[in-house]
Formats: sequence, structure tokens, C-alpha cells
Amino acid sequence: MEKELLRLEHIDKSYGSRQILEDLNLTIHENEFLTLLGPSGCGKTTTLRLIGGFERPDKGRILFDGQDITDLPPEKRQVNTVFQKYSLFSNMDVAENIAFGLRIKGKPASYIRDKIKYALKLVNLDGYEHADVTALSGGQQQRIAIARAVVNEPKVLLLDEPLSALDLKLRQSMQRELVKIKRELGITFVFVTHDQEEALSMSDTVVVMNQGWIQQIGTPESVYNEPENAFVADFIGDSNIIDGIMVRDKLVHLLGKDIPCINTGFGENVPVDVQIRPEDIQICAPEEGQYRGIIRSVVFKGTVYDITIEAGGFSWLVQTITGHEQGKEVGLRLAPANIQIMAKPASEDEEAAHDA
Amino acid sequence: MARLKKLYLGAIIVFLYAPIFVLFAQSFNASRYRGQWTGFTLQWYEKLFTSDEILAAFLNTLTIGLTAALFATLLGLVTALAIRGLSKKSQLAFRGLANVPLLNADIVTGIALMLLFLGLGLRLGYDTILMAHVVINLPYAMLCILPQVMGLDHVCYEAALDLGATPFQAFRKVILPELRPGIAAAFLLSFAMSADDFIVTYFTKGAGIDTLTTAIYAQLKLGIHPEMYALSTLFFLGVIVFVALLMVNWRLLKRRQGKEWE
Amino acid sequence: MMHDSKAVARLFAAPFALWAAIFIVLPLLFVFFHGLTDAEGAFSLANLREAVQMEYLRALGLSVELALISTVLCLVLAYPLCLILQEIRRGRMVLIFLLFLLPLWMNSLLTTMAWQTILEKNGIINMILHALALPEVTLINTPLAIVIGMVYNFLPYMVLPLYVSLADIDKSIIEAAHDLGAGRFQTFRRIVFPLSLPGVISGCTMVFIPALTTFVISALLGGNKILLIGNIIEQEFTAAYDWQLGSALSMILMVFIILNIVLEAFSGRETGKQEVKP
Repeated sequence: MEKELLRLEHIDKSYGSRQILEDLNLTIHENEFLTLLGPSGCGKTTTLRLIGGFERPDKGRILFDGQDITDLPPEKRQVNTVFQKYSLFSNMDVAENIAFGLRIKGKPASYIRDKIKYALKLVNLDGYEHADVTALSGGQQQRIAIARAVVNEPKVLLLDEPLSALDLKLRQSMQRELVKIKRELGITFVFVTHDQEEALSMSDTVVVMNQGWIQQIGTPESVYNEPENAFVADFIGDSNIIDGIMVRDKLVHLLGKDIPCINTGFGENVPVDVQIRPEDIQICAPEEGQYRGIIRSVVFKGTVYDITIEAGGFSWLVQTITGHEQGKEVGLRLAPANIQIMAKPASEDEEAAHDA
Repeated sequence: MARLKKLYLGAIIVFLYAPIFVLFAQSFNASRYRGQWTGFTLQWYEKLFTSDEILAAFLNTLTIGLTAALFATLLGLVTALAIRGLSKKSQLAFRGLANVPLLNADIVTGIALMLLFLGLGLRLGYDTILMAHVVINLPYAMLCILPQVMGLDHVCYEAALDLGATPFQAFRKVILPELRPGIAAAFLLSFAMSADDFIVTYFTKGAGIDTLTTAIYAQLKLGIHPEMYALSTLFFLGVIVFVALLMVNWRLLKRRQGKEWE
Repeated sequence: MMHDSKAVARLFAAPFALWAAIFIVLPLLFVFFHGLTDAEGAFSLANLREAVQMEYLRALGLSVELALISTVLCLVLAYPLCLILQEIRRGRMVLIFLLFLLPLWMNSLLTTMAWQTILEKNGIINMILHALALPEVTLINTPLAIVIGMVYNFLPYMVLPLYVSLADIDKSIIEAAHDLGAGRFQTFRRIVFPLSLPGVISGCTMVFIPALTTFVISALLGGNKILLIGNIIEQEFTAAYDWQLGSALSMILMVFIILNIVLEAFSGRETGKQEVKP
């Protein structure tokens, strides 16, 4: 991992009586693509605004390159933001928008001209210097907003759900482009989104948040394959989450049967959440499976079938690439490596407590 | 900084209310002359209700104001609906034309209407004031109604037709309720403009008839009757009560709205 | 409104078309007619020639001067006010707004007269100065008194469009400017002010025209000593009964009004541009 760049320490933030963030700690490294992922109201945007300098924390501090920037106004930070609504200056054309930050800093005209050219090339909009920003499409405005931010050579680029207003096709191509831009600039990106697919496909690090708490920090693979709790498992991708009891290392009691798994270190006879991804469940002949069940519904989803199977008193979601017949009796088999054991939250309302 | 802002707001408030406070004080001043305070009295309030002249002017202001507001609102509504259906070019022409009395100076509007009425052989009086007021109210009525009409959701209207309503029913049940706030605002604003107008009334009124504003102006030259201070004080208090009631009503309405749909 | 929308629109457009022809276009034609004919009704430019006499031009010049000063003062007073009003929380908003709008409901003739009481020789200001043992000032019947009256009467016309145009500016645009390194002043100069220009222009035209053409404020606070173009026109119609000259002077006023409308229309197009934003 590269050198540490930004660190948020023990951050508390509330609006009126609503607590948004509680004791948030987060470290962001140089050249990292970090995504804050969570449902609306989880505090991800507030975290971003704290880094940008648009909000002050009630408690805690923010360190940038080892220096305390908690009380530094946004215009003094080496951080730039791409806003959700682009927020282009409608009284200026494209070039003037991009030049804004550089002009404020009093850069020479020739430098600014080169920068504009470079930035427009970077976002694939060469020749748009004198276009009217209000006449651009959403995707083009988005690119200008990125260009406007990056010409200032920030160490960190903050992106607040920048793709949420674009349609699916455009969103996917912008995802690829963002990764390309990031690679070319070699700076840190902090990206906020509620779209798990966006988060998983672009990031080096995903920070899953809920109700002001960080639920898990990890690579896209680790938050998908090894979620640390039921919230993460449920939020990222489809999951079957079932109450279980860890009998001992590598054996879990699940829906009346002891099933082998590969997790260790939970202790003996401890209640746990068990997560199994729908694509990891094998359908076989009734007598060959660990559970027997009836197929309740089959829905074709384009590339896979979503199959609901009633087995062991639980309604399983299974994804297969071949169709099955509704009403048929089948068996279900779980490979030990595909079973993810997660500790239960310390108390039921650990998360909910921060609602009020 | 916050203190400076409050100070500034305070200074503006003082500026805005200083003359109003003076009028209040004068309405209770025993002296008939401005600028000297000879004691507290309520006699101007008593006299106010016995002065035929003021009562007549007040009634003229009220009836002309209400009638002109009604006509301006109706015409504004019909015209706004028309503008919605017109081509972009005609829309621009209509809007521009409707705005002429708003952009024009009152004195020019007043003179032009006076010349029109006299040129058509009409006698200046109650009717000419009324017509002139509809003319100056119309742009304000349009200002309130047109944005709402332009923002109307076509789909709701079509949904009503789809569900079997006749165009008239669909208009009455779907479009009119949506326009109600704009129509109410148009009426109120028109009435306010009409009641406060002096210049256009002055040129189109002819001899022998006065509204409150022209009566005040006539008195200003001779020395104003302090009853006028009493009247304006009462009127101002009336407006405050009216606005307060409106606000309470608004809140109740908002609360009730949810229930109506159950 | 649907398939038959054209027909309905035409039907609904008829009353206004008729109304506008009689009450908007025809009256102005009457002004032109009287302005461009002599007493016998024959075409003549004599009225216009008379209207550009030194005496009238001086009144017009003074009117323009005072109207300009009042407009600038209104802008200077209203801008900070509107900026402060933007920051007020929603809950208190309505109350504060009412506080600023209520004075509009007071009859403007009476409030202008109240200013007489405040400004005159034995008026409130001089009473206060006297009590503080300061020298008295002459305010009434001066151009300054007229300007105060104009600012008092027309300030709301500046506040309303200005407030609306400032409220239209997205908060995130201001944040974006800060984000790109602009301080408060630079953000104001480069972003907030340019974006509020439509409101500024609209407010200026709404103040300038009534200030230019008033005859009431100058009559009450200028004491018939200071004649503005409005006073002269009024006298031509109500005292001298010279409709021809009065109409000719009105036509000259209309030149200013048309200039204003052009300016306003231009700024309206600028605002229209903002609305296209997807």
C-alpha cells in the first residue's frame, strides 16, 4: 500500500438532533481509488463534504499529509470536487469554467491555455473550448466538471455520485473513462455512490457505510466474498442470509443440519449469520443434496435464472445459467468454501441506535 | 459579521416603517396639523365613520377594486390558457403585448387611456376607472397565472379524459384545482394594485368621483383631513389581520390536504 | 387542449386580442395622434419641436439624473439585504418576508406625505438634531428629499427580482467556486454577481421607469419648486390643457421606456439560457 495521504480521526457530525457520523475513522492513501458505498442517509456524502471543507466536524480532526486541515476553508485545500449536479458556472463558457481555478490562483495565460487543452483532451472533449455549458448534454457537462477540477492538480479528487444522473449506457462508459483518467493523473480519487456495481468495478478500496458507521473496509473482492456482517452481505449483491450456530471450527449448524465450512475462530456453539451467494448454490438430484426442496418460481433475468427454492424451512434464492422446472423436487448442495460465516452485531440495535 | 447583518436588517426595517409609524402617530394626534403634537385623541376614528366623502371614496375603491380584480383574473386565466396552446412565436407576441402596461410608465398609460376614452366619446367616471384598472391589473394577473398554466401537467388532464371525463369536467376537476393558488394570487394582487393605484385613476376619473387615493391627493393640496390617517392605520391593521388569517388557514389547509384524499 | 388544442387556443385568444387592440394598442395610437397633429388635426411636428425646448429638456435631464441616483441607491441598499435574506432559515422566512412586504400595503401617497413630516423644517429629523444640539438641515423641497421618497417607494421593486435571481443560484455552484480556490469576494465577483445580473437589470428597469415618470413624489417632497418631466406632463393635461404638447412629451418618455424594454428583453434571454440546463 502506498503512503498515507488523508486521515479522518474520531469524526462526529450531526445536523440539529440528527447524528450523521459517529466516531468515524478512515485512512486514505496516495493514488488510491476509494469508494464510499452505502444507502442514502448513511453519511457518505457528509464524509466527502468534510474532506472537501464544506462542513466542519463537531468532533475529531482531519489530517492531510500529516497536517491538521480540519478548520481550513475549501478554497485553501489541495482537494477538488466533482459535484453531483456538475454545478458548472452558467455565465461562463467551457474554457472559462475550466480556467476558473487557475485564474483565481493567478496562473499565466499561456499556462492556462495549455491546461485547458490538456484537460479537454483528457476528458475527450477537444475543441469544446467555447461551447456554452448549458447547451451540453449531461455526460458532457460531467466531463467538463471533471476537467475543471483536475486542472488544479489536486492531490485528491472528490466525486459525489457523479454518474447518478446519467443513463445506464453512459454510466458504464464513464466508469471506464474515470478509471482511465485516474490512472493517467495518478492522484487519489474518493468516490461516493450508492451503486454497488459502480463501487466494485472501479475501486481499489470500498468503504461500506450504514447509518453513520463504517461497516467494512476492503478490496472489492473481499467485501463481496467475505462480508463481515449481514448488512454488507445484503447490500452488496444478492445473498441468502440465514441464522446459524457455529458448532465448532469448520462446522456450522444450519436449518437443522451440520454443514462443513472453512471458517474458524468463532468459538463453539455461537450464534452467527451465514451468507451464501445465490450463484454458489448447486442444484442436484433430491437424494444427492444436503437439503431437499421444491422449486417455487423461476424468473429469467437475461443472463441467469433467479430460482426460488423452499428447502429446510427457508426460501432460498439460487442463480443458475440453465432453466429448471417449477414445482420440481430438487436437492441443494453447498461447497464449504462458498459458505461465509459472519458474527452477529453485538446488539440488535447497534445500527438502529444512530437513527435518532 | 452576524451582528452587522442584523444591524443592517434593522436599519432597513426602520427606514421602511418610519413613515408608517408617523402615520400611526398622526391618527391619534389631537392637532389637525402635521408636525405638532397636541394630545391624544380618537376623534379622527369617530369622524372617519361619519364622513360621507371618505365613505363614498372608500366604497368606490372597494367596488372598483373587486370588480376590476375579477375581470382581470378571468381574462388573465383565459389568456394564459390560450397562450399555452399557441406557437412559440405567437406566445412571445402575446406575452409582450400583455406586459406593455406593466413596462410602460403609469403616467403614459393613464394619459393614453384618458385620450382613448375621450376620443371614443365616453364620459370619464366610474366605468372608465374600472376599465383602466382592468388594463393595469391584467399583467399582474397574468404574472400569477401564466407560470402555473405553463407548468400544468398535460398527462393529468389526459388521464381524466381517459377515465371518462368530458373536457369540461376534466378542466373543472383536474386543471382548475391545480391553478387555484395562482388564481387566488392573481385576484389578490390585482385588488391590491387597483386599491393602491393613483396615477392611472387620476387621469381617467373625471370630475365628481374619487377613490381613496385621488381623494387623498386632492386633500394633500388643501391640507389633509386626519381621518385619512385613521383610515390608513385601520387599513394597515386590517392587512396584518388578513395576512395572519391567511397564514393560519394555509397551515390548516396543508394539514387537511392529506385527509381529503382518504 | 389535446387534439383540438389549436382551435381552443384560438378561441381563448380572441378576447385578449380584442382587449389588447382596444386598451393597449389604440390608446398609444391616440397619444401618437395627438403628439403628431396640430389643433386642427393636421400632421405636424410642431409639438415635438416644442417638447425639446430647453425648459423641458432641463426637467427631463433632472428627472433622468434623480431616477438614476435612486436606482443606484436602491440597488446598493437591496443587494446586501437580499444576500442576508438568502441565509435565513425556512421556518423564519415567511415572517421576515412579511415584515419587508407589509409596508407595500400602506398607501404610497400617505407614506410619501409622512416623509414630508419627517423631512420638513420642523420635522422629525430636525427635531432630533435640535435635541442633540446639532445644526438643522434643509431636506424638504430639495432633490435629496425626492430621492429619499423615490427610494422608499420603489425599493421593493428592486428587492423582489433581485431576491428571486439570487435564490435561483444553486448552492453547490457557490461551493464549486470555493472548491476551485475562490474566496468569498472572488466568488461574489465572478459567480454570484454575474448570475444575479438578470435580477439586477430587471430590478433597475422596474425602479427607473416609475422614478423617471413620477409627479407625485416630486410634488409632495419637492414642493412644486423642482419640476420633473412627470410634473410637466401632468400640468399639460390637467392645467394647461395642451394635449398635443403633453402627448409629444409622453412620446419622448416612451423612448426611454422602449430602451428599458429592450434591455429587459435582452436580460430575459440571458435567464432563459439558464433554464435549458438538462
